[in-house]
Amino acid sequence: MNEEYAVILVESTSLALRIEKLMKKEGFIYKLIPVPRHLSSDCGVCVRILKHDSEAINTLLIKNRIEVQSIESL
Amino acid sequence: MSLTASESPSSRTKDGALYLDNAATSWPKPPGVARAMVHVLEEAGANPGRSGHRLSIEAARVIFNAREAVAELFGASDPLRVIFGLNITDGINLALHGILRPGDHVITSSMEHNAIMRPLNELRQKDVRFTKIACNADGSLDPALIESAIQPNTRLIALNHASNVCGTVLPVKEVGQIVRNHDLLFLVDTAQTAGVIPIDMEEASIDLLAFTGHKSLYGPMGTGGLIIGQRIDPEELQPVRQGGTGSRSEQVVQPTFLPDRYESGTPNAVGLAGLLAALTWLKSEGIETIRTHEKALTAGLLEGLGEITGVEIYGTQDASKQIATVAFNIKGLEPSTIGLRLDEEFNILSRVGLHCAPTAHQTLGTFPQGSVRFGLGAFNQPEDVCAALNAVRLLAKEAV
Repeated sequence: MNEEYAVILVESTSLALRIEKLMKKEGFIYKLIPVPRHLSSDCGVCVRILKHDSEAINTLLIKNRIEVQSIESL
Repeated sequence: MSLTASESPSSRTKDGALYLDNAATSWPKPPGVARAMVHVLEEAGANPGRSGHRLSIEAARVIFNAREAVAELFGASDPLRVIFGLNITDGINLALHGILRPGDHVITSSMEHNAIMRPLNELRQKDVRFTKIACNADGSLDPALIESAIQPNTRLIALNHASNVCGTVLPVKEVGQIVRNHDLLFLVDTAQTAGVIPIDMEEASIDLLAFTGHKSLYGPMGTGGLIIGQRIDPEELQPVRQGGTGSRSEQVVQPTFLPDRYESGTPNAVGLAGLLAALTWLKSEGIETIRTHEKALTAGLLEGLGEITGVEIYGTQDASKQIATVAFNIKGLEPSTIGLRLDEEFNILSRVGLHCAPTAHQTLGTFPQGSVRFGLGAFNQPEDVCAALNAVRLLAKEAV
């Protein structure tokens, strides 16, 4: 298990791309990756972020009214 | 930027044919549209958003950017409410089949395209009824007639923004006000106006805005869809197809969130890349610039046709009340004959017949023979109008 990362799980790829734009705009380190199998059986993508940014990003998502499923540690 | 001949792609084909059929599909496309499509095919041609690898994500990004560009164009606040489909017919079908229930009543106009007329007639089998408001002989519509046709079970008003036959613009904003006053829903078919007449969904009280990419948005065929306004609860709008979305794959039922609820199957990423490039061009050019350019061409065409003996023009015959689509006939000649002769003898590509809008032709008094239609576009130039007028003049002279 990698302790450095967390992932934002979202309902759709479109939502992941919307978050990507926000991450880019706000200067966060992120990457879109396939949803890890142990978190979901989904075949879509999620947004991987640095674990220590989780709280700040969560606040930003709420501020921008972007609903996510959850933010999970990797 | 300007739309002068020196800076624009030519409206003539390589063999010299003059393209005047923009109301069906715009051609040529702006610089960059084909390039963007080739780029996706050659560099990012993976399945959008399905696989999670970088090429798949890149293809999905193109679609998301196109979604944002469409939302911005129509003043829609949420790009996830932009639903992409095959074309505007697909979007209209989703709107009508998705929102209407047995017992609902719909008001529409006599100037509609079959994209609205046929689904509405089909829905009669499901006990949906509709009233077709008669437009004037020039295709214009009195909004008061819409209001007087409202019944207790009226749920939706479905209207095109401008006629695909004669170009007459319908009073969408006024009807939008009626929609709000009576708490109805409003579907607008923007096939002919998107890209030439500014449309703001909120301002015009539009709840369901159907659009197509391949006409005045200058994108490729196979792009278009429906924007779902904020007043519509997606739970009330049933999808017309179900299938894979790349999301919630563990479930065998359709997801409820947008846009996945309505977008099943692999989307047209190549086409949407072209549409995105086209919308970028449109934004830099400016809708007002294009409208001014086309209005001047239309005024010239209307004036010239009006001076030819034996030519009958349909519609408002006023460039400020219509888009750059002009319908006419030459006395003594069938529209099909005119179309063929324009093509073969004058190298001019027009569209003749009923234009998929039989009730519109009934309104204009041109049913069942139809008419000839010149559809001008952003890349046409004054000399194209002159060439068209010269051809019609010669045909009319012979026909007398």
